[in-house]
Amino acid sequence: MFALIRAVVGRDLRLAMRRQADIVSALFFFIIVVSLFPLGIGPEPDLLRKLAPGVLWVAALLATMLSLPRLFADDHRDGTLEQLALAPQPLGLVVLGKVLAHWLVSGLPLALLAPVLGIQFDLDADALWVLTGALLIGTPALSGIGAIGAALTLGVRGGGVLLSLLVLPLYIPVLIFGAGAVDATVTGMGAQAHLSLLGALALGGLFFAPWATAAALRIALE
Amino acid sequence: MLEALNLECVRGERRLFAGVGFRLEGGEMLYLQGRNGSGKTSMLRMLCGLTQPASGEIRWRDRPIGKLGDDFRAELCYLGHLNAIKEELTPLENLLASARLAEDALDEDAALDALEMVGLRGREDLACRYLSQGQKRRVALARLVHERRALWVLDEPYVALDTAAVELVAGLIGAHLQRGGLAVLTTHQTVEVRAGAVRELRLG
Amino acid sequence: MNNRLINWFKYASPQSFYPLAGKMIPWFWALAAVFGVAGLYIGFLVAPTDAQQGEGYRIIFLHVPASWMSMFIYLVMAGWAALGLAYNTRLSGMMAQALAPTGALFAFLSLWTGALWGKPMWGAWWVWDARLTSELILLFLYIGFIALQSAIDDPRRADKAGAILALVGVVNIPIIYFSVKWWNTLHQGASVSLTKAPSMAQTMLWGMLLCALACWMYSIAVALMRARSIMLERERHTEWVRALLGGKSANQE
Repeated sequence: MFALIRAVVGRDLRLAMRRQADIVSALFFFIIVVSLFPLGIGPEPDLLRKLAPGVLWVAALLATMLSLPRLFADDHRDGTLEQLALAPQPLGLVVLGKVLAHWLVSGLPLALLAPVLGIQFDLDADALWVLTGALLIGTPALSGIGAIGAALTLGVRGGGVLLSLLVLPLYIPVLIFGAGAVDATVTGMGAQAHLSLLGALALGGLFFAPWATAAALRIALE
Repeated sequence: MLEALNLECVRGERRLFAGVGFRLEGGEMLYLQGRNGSGKTSMLRMLCGLTQPASGEIRWRDRPIGKLGDDFRAELCYLGHLNAIKEELTPLENLLASARLAEDALDEDAALDALEMVGLRGREDLACRYLSQGQKRRVALARLVHERRALWVLDEPYVALDTAAVELVAGLIGAHLQRGGLAVLTTHQTVEVRAGAVRELRLG
Repeated sequence: MNNRLINWFKYASPQSFYPLAGKMIPWFWALAAVFGVAGLYIGFLVAPTDAQQGEGYRIIFLHVPASWMSMFIYLVMAGWAALGLAYNTRLSGMMAQALAPTGALFAFLSLWTGALWGKPMWGAWWVWDARLTSELILLFLYIGFIALQSAIDDPRRADKAGAILALVGVVNIPIIYFSVKWWNTLHQGASVSLTKAPSMAQTMLWGMLLCALACWMYSIAVALMRARSIMLERERHTEWVRALLGGKSANQE
């Protein structure tokens, strides 16, 4: 079981390394979107500090959306997805491996980059730590839930836009608890409760989403 | 061992075929024939369990493949009309990765050996995007060299191959049949496969 | 028991469901009209004026049933979806597809009437109240479902993909609702709630219930009508539809 997940993660990471441009452009998208906000609303530090958690999290959601359409599309086009579906193990495990690999090349870099951008918004050290932590905990849920949408829209015309339409409403709880955690630190309330709920969402997402995704993939392959 | 009962295939609003059935034992090969669009690929995908037949049943060792699930897939090797190789990876990496994902034990020496057999020695470290169509097909077919699963389902295995490679693949299939394996394949070329009983089924 | 099961499956085939639905539709329309007139009569003429909210509160006779229906229809849709995935019946997907626009309509009505009520009460068309926000997200979920179904050409795939989406949505709705409530209390949002009218008068309750029944009957009637036209469209190549439309198409050709 773990051998299979490891094999999938290993293969997807190797592929991602051969196509680094994709990872880098999603990260730059994140940086640009976040940097646009102060230009749109003005440079007052108080206002920026108040907006920072929401802005950073919404930008992280959008940056995750960028890489989602390709999660299964490449494998679908070259026939690898059929082979994965015919492997003698549950397809859900394969999906879990792909979700983990997606997180490693999209969620993890976003989380590591976020504190640098947080400085732009005048967040203090505590808030920066919580921001990174919240993104580390919350982004696996984004990859998991996003995989369902990617599988449902596989090979469908207008798939990319449709994918955002399906997935973004489902991201709302992650957004609320993720941004809430940073907000709570800024206002001095403590982020414990938010982070626990975020962790529960991520675990739930990683546990249930692969099975729904596997069912959607089998439908897409028919 | 492999049995199809009264299969019906509906694509969109068109019925491609209905009432198709056959039975295949160890050491036997089935040629699926028919003009373009007669449902050959759909039939192969049904036999793998990728597509559900509109009606009818497919049985493996006298049990429905839907019930067998992973146990059936563990005995199945499917080669579609898509090569299922990654353009960014080298032939060697592709071969090792697909073996690992299928949970086949294949070490590097065996993989190199397989690549040598299909005539890709010396290209094993070149990314597949630099290979020609025929060479890509050979990478996909290299899987068959060490494949010991009982049922081979091959969609147009000879397409894009030169005569020597066609001979080679026919030899691999022949050896598979001699080991008591089963093969179902579609092709537009008539290729002599030595050994094994050959049966034909015409669709449409 | 066994007999009854077979009977149900008989009506699950479009061919036998089509005429049955055709017979039921006028009845549901009639019931919707009766309940609607009675409910609005009580709502506008019998129910007393509210001490705090004046006449403006009367919009709840539409707002509350619309909110109920929008949530309930999503559940019913998910129920049909689950049935469709489990038993692979053609009718389930058609019913889910037929219900979605009605559900979206009620979600929209609930938002609209909520805004109309909010203007005099809160002094703003839109307030980020937990219930209104959840209703808005529910509308997004409906739109996602409709968009996914209409983007997939193969109806069988559209049904199954929609079914998975509906089930994922139904699992997520409580989580979304909880998170929005949490968000709302933290940010000290509006605390006055539309449905928490203190000690509602007996007649108001009756009016609301009658209006809710009217919405139910309307939803059933409209969903059945839509299901019938979906059936004709999808099964236009089958014998029974050809026989049914035989006269008309012969005239056209």
